[in-house]
Amino acid sequence: MTAPAILPERGPADRLTAFFWRRPRVFLALLLAPPLLWLGVVYLGSLATLLWQSFYSIDEFSGMVKEDFTLKTYAELLRPANFDVILRTLLMSAAVTLGCALLAFPIAYFAARFARGRWKAVFYLGVMLPLWSSYLVKVYAWKLILAKEGIVTWAAEATHTSGLLNALLALPVIGGNSLSTSYIGMFMVFVYVWIPYMILPMQAALERVPTSMLEASQDLGASRAQTFRTVILPLALPGVIAGSIFTFSLTMGDYIIPQIVGNSANFIGMAVYQLQGTAGNIPLAAAFSMVPILIMLVYLTLAKRAGAFDAL
Amino acid sequence: MTAAVEFQSVSRHFGSGPNAVKAVDAVDLTIAEGSFFAMLGPSGSGKTTCLRLISGFEQPSAGAIRIFGQDVSAIPPNRRNVNTVFQDYALFPHMNVRDNVAYGLMVKGTPRALRHAKAEEMLHLVQLGGYGDRKPGQLSGGQRQRVALARALVNEPRVLLLDEPLGALDLKLREAMQDELKSLQQRLGITFVFVTHDQHEALSMADSLAVFNQGKIAQIGSPEDIYAKPRTRFVADFVGSSNILPPALTQALGGPAQWASLRPEHTRLAATGPLTGTVTALRYLGAATRVVLKSGDTEIAALVPAGDPLPDPGSTAAIAFAPQHLHLMEDK
Repeated sequence: MTAPAILPERGPADRLTAFFWRRPRVFLALLLAPPLLWLGVVYLGSLATLLWQSFYSIDEFSGMVKEDFTLKTYAELLRPANFDVILRTLLMSAAVTLGCALLAFPIAYFAARFARGRWKAVFYLGVMLPLWSSYLVKVYAWKLILAKEGIVTWAAEATHTSGLLNALLALPVIGGNSLSTSYIGMFMVFVYVWIPYMILPMQAALERVPTSMLEASQDLGASRAQTFRTVILPLALPGVIAGSIFTFSLTMGDYIIPQIVGNSANFIGMAVYQLQGTAGNIPLAAAFSMVPILIMLVYLTLAKRAGAFDAL
Repeated sequence: MTAAVEFQSVSRHFGSGPNAVKAVDAVDLTIAEGSFFAMLGPSGSGKTTCLRLISGFEQPSAGAIRIFGQDVSAIPPNRRNVNTVFQDYALFPHMNVRDNVAYGLMVKGTPRALRHAKAEEMLHLVQLGGYGDRKPGQLSGGQRQRVALARALVNEPRVLLLDEPLGALDLKLREAMQDELKSLQQRLGITFVFVTHDQHEALSMADSLAVFNQGKIAQIGSPEDIYAKPRTRFVADFVGSSNILPPALTQALGGPAQWASLRPEHTRLAATGPLTGTVTALRYLGAATRVVLKSGDTEIAALVPAGDPLPDPGSTAAIAFAPQHLHLMEDK
C-alpha cells in the first residue's frame, strides 16, 4: 500500500490553518487588530484630546475652562516663569542623555564585543537588576546617599577629598548646600535611574557591527581613535539615538526625582502635575505636555538630517 | 629573490594546558615576492589563522614572522603594509563605494580630491567605474567583492591577503573572478596570499601552494608538483580525487609495499588488466563518467571519457594503467 498524496485532515485546527494559508492577510489583520486598537484609540486618541485641550484656555476670574479655540495658553507657556521650566527641563534632559551615553558606551561595548557565556549573563543581570526594585525606593536611597550627613560626605572626609566635594558644590547654579539639594545630585540620580535604557539599545547596535568591519578598518591603516570615529560610532549611532530617546523623554516627563532630589525648582513633569491637580489648569497642563513631544520630534528630525539613521 | 613573508616555526595555540588547540603548529613557510601563493586545506586546518598572523589579527604563541625581512611581532595591523580582502568583504555599509575604497587613504590624511581620484582609478581597475556613489547594499555579491578588492589595493600593499574571497559567489562568477584575480596579480606584481578550501581554485590560480592539515603544512610546492606527487594520503585525497592504494595492493600491482596514489584519469577500462572488480557505481560528470569498481575491500575509480562505451552496473571489468602513474607516498 502506498501513502496518500494528501494527508487526512486532523480536525478544526487543520481547517483553520488551511484557511489562514489561503488568506495570509486575514491572519495578519487578526494579529494586529488588538495592539492597533490599543495604540490607535487609547494612546493616539488620548494624545489628540490632549492636543485639543491645549488650545482651550482658562478664565482668569472664574477659573473655569473656556472651550473656545485659542492660542492664549501657548502664549502663557512662553512667559518667562514657564519658559524657564521648559529650558531647565531641556538642559537637564540633554545633560542626563549625554552623561548616560558616555557612561553606557564602555559597558555596552564590553558586553557586545567581549562578554561571552557567563559574563554575558552577569552583564544582563547587572543592567536589569536595578530595574527590579521600586523606583521610589531607589530615589529615596539616593537622597540619603547624597545628603549632607550621607555616605558620600563621609567617604569624602575619610579620603580627605572634602575639598573636592566642596569645590563641586560651590559651583554656581549647579552646586548647592549638599549633593541631594543640588542639580549635580539630581543629574546623578537621573543618570543612575535611566542608564539601563541607554545601555541596552547601544549594546544591541554594537553587537550588530561585525568584528571583520573593525578589522578591515584597522587593516586599512586606521588607528583605534579613527576606527571609533569613522566606523564604530556611525554604525552604533542608531542605537545611541534609540537610547537617547528613552533617557531624554523619560527625564523630560519625570516629576518625582525633581521633587525629592534637588532644590525644588520646577520641571515640566512637576508643572503638569501641579497644573492638572491643585490648580485645575488643564489647558496649560496640556500645553506643557506637548512640549516634550515637540522637542522629541525636532530632535529626531535633526538626527535624521544629520544621517544618524543611514546605517539602518 | 626576497621572501615577502617568512614563518619560522610559528605556532598559534588557543587556550592553554593540555586542552590547548594548536591552530597553527610549528609552521615554516616562505612566500616568494611577487608570487600568487595559495593556502589550501579543510576548515579548521589553520590556513585562515596563518593569514591572520600575517595581517596581525593574531599573534604567534611561538616563532617569528617576517614580512620583507622585518620582524613584525611588535607591529599592529594598521602599521603593516599588508591589506586584506575579507571573506564577508566587510564593506562599511554607511559609506558609499567611493568612500569605502578611499578609506585607507582617508585615514592616512590624503586630501579629499586626491583620494577620490585614486579611488575612482581603483574602481576602474576592478571594472566598477561609475559605481562610486552607490552604497554597498545596492551592489551584487560579485560587485561587492570587487569593491573589497579595490579598497584593499588602494593602499598599494606589499602583500595582499585574500580570505576565501570567492566563496560566496556562484560558479560562473567565481570562474570569471579567478581569471581576473590572476591577471590583476600579474599586472600589479603584488604578492597575493590566497586562502581557500577549493582545490580547483588553488590549483588553477596559484604559482605555489601549501596544503594545510591540522595546523601543519602537509605539503608545499607548485600545483603540478602537488597534484602529480602528493606526499601523503591526506594530500592525495584532498587535492583532486585519487585512488589510494594500501601497501598490499600496491605490492600486488608490482610496486613496493607502500601506500600509493593512482589518479582516476590515468586509468582506463580494459577487458583484462592488473585489477579486476565489479562495477558498483557510475557517475556522469559531463566530460567523462566516473566508474567505481569494487575489488575485495578496495574501491577503485576510473574516468571513462564521454563517448566511450560504459560497463553495466554489476558486471565485471578490469582497470589498466601505465606503471609510471602509480605514485608512491611517504606515509607508513
